[in-house]
Amino acid sequence: MADGAPQSGISANRLEAEDYHANFADLYPPLDRHEAHVASDRCYFCYDAPCVTACPTAIDIPLFIRQIATDTPEAAARTIFSQNILGGMCARVCPTEQLCEEACVREAAEGKPVQIGRLQRYATDTLMAADVHPFTRAAATGKRVAVVGAGPAGLSAAHRLALHGHDVTILDAKPKAGGLNEYGIAAYKTPDNFAQREVDWLLQIGGISVEHERALGRDTTLEQLRNDFDAVFLGIGLSGTNALGIPGDDLENVQDAVDFIDQLRQANAKADIPIGRDVVVIGGGMTAVDAAVQSRLLGAETVTIVYRRGQDGMSASGKEQDHATHEGVHLKCNAQPVALHGDGAVREVEFEYTTQSGGQLVGTGERFRLPADQVFVAIGQTLGETGLELDGRKIAVGAGGRTTLDGVWAGGDCASGGDDLTVTAVAEGRDAAEDIHAMLSGGE
Amino acid sequence: MADLSINFAGIKSPNPFWLASAPPTDKEYNVRRAFDAGWGGVVWKTLGLDPHVVNVNGPRYGAIYGADRRLLGLNNIELITDRPLQTNLDEIKAVKRDYPDRAMVVSLMVPCDEKSWKTILPMVEETGADGVELNFGCPHGMSERGMGSAVGQVPEYIEMVTRWVKQNTRMPCIVKLTPNITDIRKPAEAAHRGGADAVSLINTINSITSVNLDLFAPEPTIDGKGAHGGYCGPAVKPIALNMVAEIARNPVTADLPISGIGGITTWRDAAEFIALGAGSVQVCTAAMTYGFKIVEEMISGLGQWMDEKGHTNIDAITGRAVPNCSDWQNLNLNYVTKARIDQDLCISCGRCFAACEDTSHQAISMSADRTFEVIDEECVACNLCVNVCPVEGCITMEEMKPGEVDPRTGRTVEAEPADWTTHPNNPASVAAE
Repeated sequence: MADGAPQSGISANRLEAEDYHANFADLYPPLDRHEAHVASDRCYFCYDAPCVTACPTAIDIPLFIRQIATDTPEAAARTIFSQNILGGMCARVCPTEQLCEEACVREAAEGKPVQIGRLQRYATDTLMAADVHPFTRAAATGKRVAVVGAGPAGLSAAHRLALHGHDVTILDAKPKAGGLNEYGIAAYKTPDNFAQREVDWLLQIGGISVEHERALGRDTTLEQLRNDFDAVFLGIGLSGTNALGIPGDDLENVQDAVDFIDQLRQANAKADIPIGRDVVVIGGGMTAVDAAVQSRLLGAETVTIVYRRGQDGMSASGKEQDHATHEGVHLKCNAQPVALHGDGAVREVEFEYTTQSGGQLVGTGERFRLPADQVFVAIGQTLGETGLELDGRKIAVGAGGRTTLDGVWAGGDCASGGDDLTVTAVAEGRDAAEDIHAMLSGGE
Repeated sequence: MADLSINFAGIKSPNPFWLASAPPTDKEYNVRRAFDAGWGGVVWKTLGLDPHVVNVNGPRYGAIYGADRRLLGLNNIELITDRPLQTNLDEIKAVKRDYPDRAMVVSLMVPCDEKSWKTILPMVEETGADGVELNFGCPHGMSERGMGSAVGQVPEYIEMVTRWVKQNTRMPCIVKLTPNITDIRKPAEAAHRGGADAVSLINTINSITSVNLDLFAPEPTIDGKGAHGGYCGPAVKPIALNMVAEIARNPVTADLPISGIGGITTWRDAAEFIALGAGSVQVCTAAMTYGFKIVEEMISGLGQWMDEKGHTNIDAITGRAVPNCSDWQNLNLNYVTKARIDQDLCISCGRCFAACEDTSHQAISMSADRTFEVIDEECVACNLCVNVCPVEGCITMEEMKPGEVDPRTGRTVEAEPADWTTHPNNPASVAAE
């Protein structure tokens, strides 16, 4: 790292080597046994517990916490995995403050919920560290199911289908399985190659083959899959991104935030990743926060998230916003980008303040510019072409994740309904698998 | 502030908080620290005749925990002092000389023959101690040798030994009782007949705190084996309170001073023992858990409560709850209450619902939005919902007024009390004239 004033432009190696290690370490380190016991003692074992209702995968939280409290974390892990096979990742990335922990009655009582997420991690880590796969596959049925996409929805569906004895082939466009767990989540949320370790552990169920770098529409078609398999599950996520569509958005160093996060996750050395001195992130979701925080962790001097609506409209949770500001990210709300300026490479972003007028977001006419030698765009992702009937901008699905096309199910971010969360994708993949299983078993 | 000093059976103490005969009072060093911390008195750990006993060299204690590893119950297999008699006597004398205002009671346990007692009593008297406590309570180890609870379980022995002691010393004599009997009134009456100046209770309860599931052996485990120990701590307080009340209610022993022992951890626990008739209280487990400093909270808390209620001294509260200790058959069956849930305090955990629905009277309803309400038609006022609710004051029992109709029974609540003795379902009832 150079002494003195930080250099403008984008540059790798802004920090000392050890800084990268510290910056990208586990954000919330695992609880040790003592901490887990203290935390588990706070659970009231509620009747028909609100935390379970709030969990998209409906994990029996009071039961697993009681199992931790009675020193059987392995049993707790089984309770978790029986509902959510990606319970390990969800323990790391779930916005628990908006789900189970928000519903915890101790949040109502004391403003301090039971640490459900960290307890879940304690239990799942314990079992996974022993490299135990807690489920045994049913006898082979001879039925074959194609799962497109090895993200949370696809992995969840594949595991449940394999559990029931079906043969599953997963096709994934990327070189590695995991989907957003591998490519789309901040590095400090899932260090130590956890996403790949989790995939390997999940595949121990057997009966699942994964074909990498096989993309729907490029290497195969839905029609082909329908012909070759007894059922098809689509967990293809949102492969496109929204563009800014304003003057200057083609300048150098203007990048999709998802690509930046992908690059960061796949980098051998974080120090190799060039980062701007002044970074602007446009958007208000988790992707914006992940990009902004990691920009700071790579050594950017100023990082500003600019969001076009008020702060309470941001889809990133309050906890995520607090984390961002704690890491030195500035939040600027009620401003929309109107142009990017620069000569070859971006140098400034011009914004216009916004206000609500008659239910519409409108510019006030007042403008300002922020210096930026790197801009990350995080204004939403879009579904790729599938040919399937849509509901809004996503694949229309009914009960059990059925699309309007016979033999085709969908779940996760690509499908209608539910939040775009890992845990929701897991639930939808699991439920679609059960529906497929019922169909393949001759239920209808 | 209220006067906390006491004169217990002729033993004066600046406050009613004594350390019980136990490991905390085994040596001069500990007792000096206790007095410096503010304890009003100690009962020195039980002395015996030489050659002194020995203790196991493995673990002596086992424990029961509540949430967050809060120690609720402690079990021990330690015996009486394992130091030479003269060493203890010298230390007692030295400490009493330096703390003349504190109560120095010496616990004793010697074999059941008069000669042994005649031997030890003058030695204790020579130290300047204020009184003796006869250890007829320890349920482990010493009882196998015919002492401790082996004496306390036979009222005739209690009376006999107490009489020997009273005939052989001028010192006030407190008889410490074992709870490992069926009726605590009998040993207390025996002590009274023998001339005891007071009784103290309870000593520890026979117990196995847990079983080591790897060794299949009781805890604490000594080389693969375990022996029952004596149980104490907060978990035994309800048992102790009842036994103290039984003695205080008994006309035969109503005037016999009681030193209350059993799980006293806070000023409130102490006040409860005093209200049931204790003139002093003894503490062990709380000190062993938190150290001697807790006596500061006990003194400040008891004083504050007494000031708030206008009680000027300990005598003014001693035994105040005794007249309200009654028999079941005299409880007013016309007293009708219903559970009430304060919706502002409710955190919707549903524990009251689970308890009532699964294990009681199906008297709590649960709505889709997790509002929990009492169904008066079903509520028998058992209080279980109050007990399992994690929020203090959220669920309360509300008394129905005379003239109101209990929707469960359809009967009008009557103003006049009526109890089982006159109830028509009681075969032995006496018709009201």
